Amino acid sequence: MNSGTLDTTHSGTPPGRNPAIELRGASKVFRTPSGAEHTAVRDLDLTVGRGEFVAVVGPTGCGKSTTLTLVSGLEEPTEGEVLIGGDPVTGIRPEVGFVFQQDAVFPWRTVLSNVMAGPRFRGVPKAEARERALDWLGRVGLAAFADRYPHQLSGGQRKRVALAQTFVGDPSILLMDEPFSALDVQTRALMSDELLELWGGGQPGGTAASVVFVTHDLEEAIALADKVVVMTAGPATVKEVFPVRLPRPRKVESIRLEAEFVEIYREIWSSLGEEVRITRERGADRVA
Amino acid sequence: MSHEPIPADSAVAPMAAPKRATGRTEARARAARHRKLLVLAARVLLLAVVLAAWELMARHKVIDPFNFSMPSKIWDQIVQWTAHGTAQGSLGEQIWYTLYEALFGWIIGVTGGVALGIALGRVRFLADVLGPYIKILNALPRIVLAPIFVIWFGLGPASKVASAVVLVFFPVFFNAFQGAREVDRNLVANARILGASNRRVTLQVVVPSATSWIFTSLHVSFGFALIGAIVGEYIGATKGIGLLVSASQGTFNSAGVYAAMVVLAVVALVAEGLLTFAERRLFRWKAVDPGAGG
Repeated sequence: MNSGTLDTTHSGTPPGRNPAIELRGASKVFRTPSGAEHTAVRDLDLTVGRGEFVAVVGPTGCGKSTTLTLVSGLEEPTEGEVLIGGDPVTGIRPEVGFVFQQDAVFPWRTVLSNVMAGPRFRGVPKAEARERALDWLGRVGLAAFADRYPHQLSGGQRKRVALAQTFVGDPSILLMDEPFSALDVQTRALMSDELLELWGGGQPGGTAASVVFVTHDLEEAIALADKVVVMTAGPATVKEVFPVRLPRPRKVESIRLEAEFVEIYREIWSSLGEEVRITRERGADRVA
Repeated sequence: MSHEPIPADSAVAPMAAPKRATGRTEARARAARHRKLLVLAARVLLLAVVLAAWELMARHKVIDPFNFSMPSKIWDQIVQWTAHGTAQGSLGEQIWYTLYEALFGWIIGVTGGVALGIALGRVRFLADVLGPYIKILNALPRIVLAPIFVIWFGLGPASKVASAVVLVFFPVFFNAFQGAREVDRNLVANARILGASNRRVTLQVVVPSATSWIFTSLHVSFGFALIGAIVGEYIGATKGIGLLVSASQGTFNSAGVYAAMVVLAVVALVAEGLLTFAERRLFRWKAVDPGAGG
């Protein structure tokens, strides 16, 4: 059951056969503690191609994160279908990596042990897991911090641990739920650049992971993604999809000054801004 | 250099700043040391005043020395027990018996409480079925079970162990249960995404997160274990500090009762210290709270 971890066939399949991720009419209804029904996601259609970087933007609390939990297999859709590589998602799959919004590294494990966790859970021998973990710690620049505990690191360093923890599993599907929202602006730009480097996508013939990156920061979305999906105010569904044809490799700090970037920003904001306004008005109603 | 007039140019200020800072740091450290000494002195003085007042009032018959005894007599009693042993054997043996019963009961109670607490915290079905019964059992004043245990298990250590177990189990259980319930959902989700099985999630995520909850209850529950052992001994035993209390009471030796209490307090404090030490070792991964002292 766990043999898929080391299987690399997913990257060998020619692009275009089956999309990496496909949601067809997916809905998710939660039951609140008071017994009422809350629809987080409604009738969602979304396709993510192999090696594609898709950013999902939408108003705060609209159900963006729910979309990711459906793809990850942590939750099942109430209605509709979620497919990965053409197969319906029935549970957690080894080729899926997930970077959470909040700190999700294990505080009682050292940095090294945290990065080793995934391979160890999936039955990789200790020595090999250690070697792979050390390699990834080196790549995220934390080789010197292997023996530290998470509380001894800064927020940005902890996020790097989380990235290494995810990338060490060599995921072909990478789900990121506002991963950098808790970081300060400068660290954020730095981490975005590092993420693009670690991901390594955009090159012809590349074997990069397909990414779904949820954020409420439109600048971040455009700077990172090949395609920006704008969600409606909750319950979330796809409102519009905008391709971003900025050349790669990109540097997020400099790219946001380019004329083309500003133009795309304006175009997407005219769509997103409306949803943000709707959400704000609802929030004001609720407060009042 | 420090006597030079300070120029208006701010560029010089950083040069002078470190010197001033060290002077201030030193002064602050001295003040902190003084305060520590002052607190210590006040503590000792308070104890001395209370003991002296007790002694004087008892000697001058302001309070009845027969009922209230006096510090010097209590001290004599402890010295006598230490030097010549008690009526039931040496003082060390009494302490050992009580400790042994308390520790044994504590270990069983903690093991059971943690295991069941984690199990119920993880398995919803178990929690739903057993929940009400555990609440009912918890509502019982469990100390009244001590005489029943003496009837069931006799005068030996087993009955004291049993009373310690029932006292220890519940606080540990509730904390472990709460701890297992309140595990950060992100950590569980992350572990599952990383490929952890249910068993692994329990052992490697739920148990470690619940340990801080469990440890909180361990401190309290060791006290409960001692109470269980002492009450059991008090009701009926052949050895132990509780028996020392009841025997002293039976011979109208109030100094003996107080002396046994002093011995017990020392034992409890030492045990508490050991537990704190173990906790520090186990929680190295936790951020040190600068506000936490002692």
